[in-house]
Amino acid sequence: MTGIKGLILLIEDEPQMRRFLRVTLQSEGYDLIETPSGGEGLSQAATRNPDVILLDLGLPDLDGLEVLARLREWSQTPIIILSARERERDKISALDSGADDYLTKPFSAGELLARIRVACRHKSMRDSQAEPVFVLDALKVDLAARRVFLKDVEVHLTPIEYKLLAYLVRNAGKVLTHKQLLKEVWGPAYADQAHYVRVYMGMLRHKLEEDPSRPSYFINEPGVGYRMRSE
Amino acid sequence: MEEKRPDPDLLLDQMRRETERRREGQLKIFFGAAPGVGKTYAMLEAARKKLSEGADVVAGLVETHSRKETEALLEGLEILPRKSIEYRGAVLKEFDIDAALSRKPTVILVDELAHTNAEGARHRKRWQDIYELLGAGITVYTTMNVQHLESLNDVVAQITGVNVRETVPDFLLDRADEIELIDLPPDDLLQRLAEGKVYVAELAVQARRNFFRKGNLLALRELALRRTAEQVDEQMQSYRLGKGVKDVWPAAERILVCIGPSPFATRLIRAARRMAAGLRADWIAVNVEAPGKVQPTERDIKGLAENMRLAESLGAETVVLSGHKASEEILNYARSRNVTKIIIGKPTHPRWKDKIFGSMLDEVVRGSGEIEVYVISGDKTAPAPARQKPVRLRTPAKEWATSALVVALCTGVGFLMRPEFTIVDIAMVYILGVVFIASRTGNAPSMLASFLSVAAFDFFFVPPYYTFVVNDVKYIVTFIVMFIVSAVISKLTLRIRSQAEAARIRERSTASLYRLSRELVHERGIERLREIAAKHIGEMFSSRAAVFLPNAQDKLEVPESAAHTFMLDERELSVAQWAFDHRQKAGRWTDTLPGARGLYLPLVASSRNIGVIGLVSDEAAEELNPEQIHILENFAHQIAMAFERSFLAEETQQALLKAETESLRNTLLSSLSHDLRTPLAAITGSSTTLLQQDDLLDRHDRRELVFTIIEEAERLNRLVRNVLDMTRIESGAITVKKEWLPFEEIVGSVLGRLTDKLANHQVTAQIPDDLPLAPFDPLLIEQVLMNLLENAVRYTPAGTVIELSARAKEDELLVELADYGPGITPGDEERIFDKFVRGPSAAGGIGLGLTICRAIINAHGGRIWAENREGGGVYFRFTIPILEHPPVVETDEETVRFKS
Repeated sequence: MTGIKGLILLIEDEPQMRRFLRVTLQSEGYDLIETPSGGEGLSQAATRNPDVILLDLGLPDLDGLEVLARLREWSQTPIIILSARERERDKISALDSGADDYLTKPFSAGELLARIRVACRHKSMRDSQAEPVFVLDALKVDLAARRVFLKDVEVHLTPIEYKLLAYLVRNAGKVLTHKQLLKEVWGPAYADQAHYVRVYMGMLRHKLEEDPSRPSYFINEPGVGYRMRSE
Repeated sequence: MEEKRPDPDLLLDQMRRETERRREGQLKIFFGAAPGVGKTYAMLEAARKKLSEGADVVAGLVETHSRKETEALLEGLEILPRKSIEYRGAVLKEFDIDAALSRKPTVILVDELAHTNAEGARHRKRWQDIYELLGAGITVYTTMNVQHLESLNDVVAQITGVNVRETVPDFLLDRADEIELIDLPPDDLLQRLAEGKVYVAELAVQARRNFFRKGNLLALRELALRRTAEQVDEQMQSYRLGKGVKDVWPAAERILVCIGPSPFATRLIRAARRMAAGLRADWIAVNVEAPGKVQPTERDIKGLAENMRLAESLGAETVVLSGHKASEEILNYARSRNVTKIIIGKPTHPRWKDKIFGSMLDEVVRGSGEIEVYVISGDKTAPAPARQKPVRLRTPAKEWATSALVVALCTGVGFLMRPEFTIVDIAMVYILGVVFIASRTGNAPSMLASFLSVAAFDFFFVPPYYTFVVNDVKYIVTFIVMFIVSAVISKLTLRIRSQAEAARIRERSTASLYRLSRELVHERGIERLREIAAKHIGEMFSSRAAVFLPNAQDKLEVPESAAHTFMLDERELSVAQWAFDHRQKAGRWTDTLPGARGLYLPLVASSRNIGVIGLVSDEAAEELNPEQIHILENFAHQIAMAFERSFLAEETQQALLKAETESLRNTLLSSLSHDLRTPLAAITGSSTTLLQQDDLLDRHDRRELVFTIIEEAERLNRLVRNVLDMTRIESGAITVKKEWLPFEEIVGSVLGRLTDKLANHQVTAQIPDDLPLAPFDPLLIEQVLMNLLENAVRYTPAGTVIELSARAKEDELLVELADYGPGITPGDEERIFDKFVRGPSAAGGIGLGLTICRAIINAHGGRIWAENREGGGVYFRFTIPILEHPPVVETDEETVRFKS
């Protein structure tokens, strides 16, 4: 079977995980390259130019973060981190150093496929121009006109709220760390002021969510950051 | 006839001593009457015999005095190299105790027990070295002459006229396992001396003239024989004691000897020791101090301390009594201790004093009743104990000036009074002045004031004025009376002052000891105890103090806090270590390693060796007197007890903890095996069915099985997560990373993640819009909320409501989760937070969820608790403290619309 949807490089040392992922991904129509080691993963990434890379953080030969850093030296390929829960804090550093998304083991096939779809879309978006209008359920964000509508009623946002929303929308489906959001919206000087993001996210929730304590657009990734729902 | 069974207590005591001895080395003393009788020779012969029997024998130190026969015997023996000690330019070769201890032979030869070591050696005396060797389990062969025995020191001096300085305490001889008397008739010894076998020619002539006179040798020989006989007799006694022969044991005798500071008392002490040894009696050395009567001079204090030390070293119990009437105190004490004999010195003062003040001796003799009193004469050769003037600092000029000034002032007042008052009243003013001076100054200025007062009184106020001439003879009487009155008053005032001073000092030490013990009682932590001990001792003895505790290998460690103040080098630390190992004080002002900078006292508690307390004072600091050492030892004792209490408490705690951990581990294992196997069984069953009976299953069955697998896998995941969390919390690996964040965010993510599980319940969330930011770890608090919600779902019927709310109180965030389930069994509200406690209908829980919640909330400084609510259901509430103001977030103005 040839890659219809795309080519995925899987860097993972557990054979059981590889088998599960092989079956799931191939049945979904992805083409798959598997490797159990970081070193081989790096050379495969260079020679095969995959569309998405799935990277396990706990590798026997190289540290997952090290592999990530080396990949990011030359490659813009979306990278999704697969990690066990005890490496929770590693996820933030992985995201901050260029990973596109992460999944905590154990995860379901559905979750994985959704993340891969987002990653592929971002790749193609980077290649082409971004869509000017973002629509999700009742929310409509017109990036060209800089206007926001909820159920066709325009919502007024402060400049920072809008800036934050626009950044989330442009990266819909992808986890953005607090640091990334702060740097992008407030500037690098605010990188350690996580409460700014939190307060503004709260304000966005109150303006755009139907029930702010059960957000449906802005998903909180505890201890990591936020993700705008994309589908 | 009554059966004579051995007294079990005595027998036990004997056995204990024997086993202790067995662990310790054996001491064999080759005992002689004079130099040259052949002790060293005999010792070497014995050593060679031992060597031929295969024992590990080493010559630690043998003085051959270049005698050929002796040197020949040394051949073939391993000789320990001596240690060179530099002392005032000369290099002295001393016995190397460290080398001996590390070589650790079975038997070691160390000649001349009475030798005094060079300064810089570990111990002052060689017998201390030997004592240490014995303690280390090494058998020691040594030699000594009778003249070196402490208790016979004075007798020998009387016989020979030679005062021997190097003495050995009697208890060492008593301690000896074997004493071999090397006897040589005086004629033979003199013969050997003449032949040059003892000393080289010239020396021999001199020796012959002084020490080696036949009379001397005869007397010394007799002494040596007698002392050895006593020793043999004692061993015989102890043997018979074990065999049930009791009636040889004399009626319990107890001897009391009254001693003072004079050198003459040493004679009394030795006499008492001899008598006590002869009677096999206990003996007590008593000093009576009469507070305030006579001010002790510095020499008195030193002399008394030396005498007490001598008595102690000879095996006496020493007691200081205090009271105004010495004879009464002595007799009362003697009665209270069942003393049978009192030894007292012959008075040395003139007889008229007794007539006036009464004789202490006379009173003791009269009041002694059934107690025998022995009066022993003073030593003629000793210098008369001339009363030394109390040593006092030179009277400062200021005191003289005060004295003169006050008298002048009184004169001024007298002038003012003269017109109105009588001359007697003016005399009173002077007396008042003298009292004032006596209360402020020393002896001499107050005497001067008395004299000046009388003179001024005569000059200014007794007619004719302004001359010392007196008209009326009766004024002479007035002067005399006035002088006596003021002199007596000033004396009395001074005495009261000195008594008050003494009381103050005693008060101070008692009070500080009391303060110390009170503080110690309230503290448990080792570090705190250390601090308190160091602080109190430092204050009391104006020095820097620190407590050193041993590590697991029994090596002392320097507390960090004391490292720089003490500047402990290897040498100092080894002194402290010695004090610790031998449970004896060491270092400055002691007999062991006196060259050290610090004084080190062992902290010995009832069950163990705690550590060492070290004191470092200034170079110039005065030596601590026995009284101070005594206080210091009291302090050390208190401290040791406090440490022991603390250690015991800690050990108990640990034992409890261990038992608890043990039972927890068992619960965990049994719990885990059950909780892991159940989902595993379901997964294995479902998947094998799917694999093997694929054809037989319809679509619905297949989905059922797959769902089972998913559910059970999730359950396993949760279980593992909880166990991991618990382990991390307990190992302290979880650190709370507090951030300021809105609680709503956590609620959002938890409700989002639990959407599927909460599907059958109606969950409401009430969070005020203006809820302030709170400081907490989002991951951990999310975990708490998840666990509480999962619990609520698990324990409440489907379809019921679960209400989640949060509100801010003064300085905390209060979160509440209310359900409408069956509630908690009353009384279990606390217990449900304990590990492995599950509710009655727990499905799939392991009983860790709430425990984790409590640990997390506690780590945040908050509280978590459960309450049954009226009308059914449970409240779970927890708080997160908000102790600081939340950070300010500058918000931008809301813009109506953006321009594009």
